[in-house]
Amino acid sequence: MTLWKLKISSLFNRLQSQADLLLISILRILATITGAIVLFIVFFLILEAIPVLQDEGIVPFFTDSSWNPAEGLYNLTPMLLGTLFVTLGSVLIATPLGILSAVFCQYYAPAKIAYFYRRLIELLAGIPSVVYGFWGLVVLVPLINSINPPGTSLLAGIIILTIMILPTIALIADASFAKIPEEYLIGAASLGLSQWGTIVGVVFPAAKSGLFTGVILETGRAIGETMAVLMVCGNVVQIPRSIFDPMRALTANIALEMAYALGNHRSALFVSGLGLMGMIIILVVASEIINEQ
Amino acid sequence: MNQQQKTNNKKQTTNNKQLITTSLVWSVPLIITAIFFWILGDIIWHGIGQISWEFLTTATKDAGRSGGIAPIIVSTVLILAVCLTVSIPLGVGTAILLAEFTREENWFGRLVRRSLDVLAGVPSIVFGLFGNALFVRILGFKYSILSGGLTLACMVLPILIRSAEEGLRAVPNDYRFGAACLGICRTSTLWHLLLPAAVPGLLVGLVLGVGRAIAETAALLFTSGYVDHLPTSLLDSGRSLSIHIFDLSMNISGGDPNAYGSALVLIMLLLIINGMAAWITHRWLENRILYR
Repeated sequence: MTLWKLKISSLFNRLQSQADLLLISILRILATITGAIVLFIVFFLILEAIPVLQDEGIVPFFTDSSWNPAEGLYNLTPMLLGTLFVTLGSVLIATPLGILSAVFCQYYAPAKIAYFYRRLIELLAGIPSVVYGFWGLVVLVPLINSINPPGTSLLAGIIILTIMILPTIALIADASFAKIPEEYLIGAASLGLSQWGTIVGVVFPAAKSGLFTGVILETGRAIGETMAVLMVCGNVVQIPRSIFDPMRALTANIALEMAYALGNHRSALFVSGLGLMGMIIILVVASEIINEQ
Repeated sequence: MNQQQKTNNKKQTTNNKQLITTSLVWSVPLIITAIFFWILGDIIWHGIGQISWEFLTTATKDAGRSGGIAPIIVSTVLILAVCLTVSIPLGVGTAILLAEFTREENWFGRLVRRSLDVLAGVPSIVFGLFGNALFVRILGFKYSILSGGLTLACMVLPILIRSAEEGLRAVPNDYRFGAACLGICRTSTLWHLLLPAAVPGLLVGLVLGVGRAIAETAALLFTSGYVDHLPTSLLDSGRSLSIHIFDLSMNISGGDPNAYGSALVLIMLLLIINGMAAWITHRWLENRILYR
């Protein structure tokens, strides 16, 4: 097969005309630009982050007494922890829900219902984050406020993010369940396993790598989400002590202060952007390693 | 306890267990569906009263509390236009190279693919920072529709390329062999055979890209800006629909009614876009089955 392919492509190579060579070189240039965008992003983030890193180094971002850039205090820990809590909370809730929703689609629902349910999940994935944030602000926050003020809180952030990242894990889990060979299920049935036994004992292990990829992707989405978190979390710079406390996430911090930040303050925001970028790169590399295994 | 009773008990527990798992599995989609309709219903319920021909065609007044969203819609369309003008050639070109002119294991192709995977995961706020640094400051476009559109172009590229590549790969190899046998050069093959055959894939990518761009807020906050006047050139700042919703609900007291109206307009646009993508895919699959 490979030999066959090679032969065909060498045939093509001989047939290449002047126009083809021109086309290929244009395409190469276009693809190089596209491929280089990520490098550009990292390059410009670093470029803008350098001033504050030169003045302060990296340590003050964790050890300064507070986040008060006007006075040269750059402690990002509350924001880092805020992002961590809100991400962890939403991933922990969305993962089982998403996987169960995929199990429903594949093994429990009648074909028609599964079809409409999938469309619904796709639509849920397509709702803009600003609309989720808006809904959270006008519906969810007052609701939480009536239980335990002020309403804008870690809890509101976790709930909104859960709804937002659920489609990611649900769709990926659904797709990886669909790829499981029929023989596995037939084998399980002939061993007399119950439906749930089959799902836990056969389906989950077989779809393991797909599920891990789903979890990683939803984590990335939760870390990077800005608008919804910005709108419902209250944005107070503090480490939340309960789920009803307001908090500020790393992304929200950038969105709030970028408009008026100057000098080292602006530069510090780019440092946090660089941090976000680093987390995402680690997650993407991790998902590719899992996929290759 | 005799043997008979034991098996009966066992059966009973398995039945109970099955009942529990089945109801668990059914309850999750029920909750999700309920939340979906809660969100949608809330926005339609409060938004439908706001929307009228006047709302869509008059200028914003009083920082958006009253008046319409005409300038916002114009800005949104212009940002989209800039985004697509840049991203379509880049995206389709890259997709053609990846699908037609590089082998699977080629280092260049792998490198481009990997970098696109990372690009797809980059948070939108980071795109905003990048756009602010490069387009707004270094290239000197200021807060403008041009800066916003260019930033969005970088953002939609991965989606665009993935669908376009899939579209091209779905074209049967017979097309390529046939053209090669006739001695047609690859440029003409591409132009006259492969691209027309791959149009549905390209369209789906385009539609999904538009969907992503139209929903975006964070990347535009400090690239295209907040100004809610009718833009007169691409170098003017323009407020997109999503930023309008954000600004009305967060920064302007009494802005909620119009925020609902704008949110409903945005959601309806997205539903139409989503429906179009589904319809194209559906038609395409049908045709392919007929062809076989």
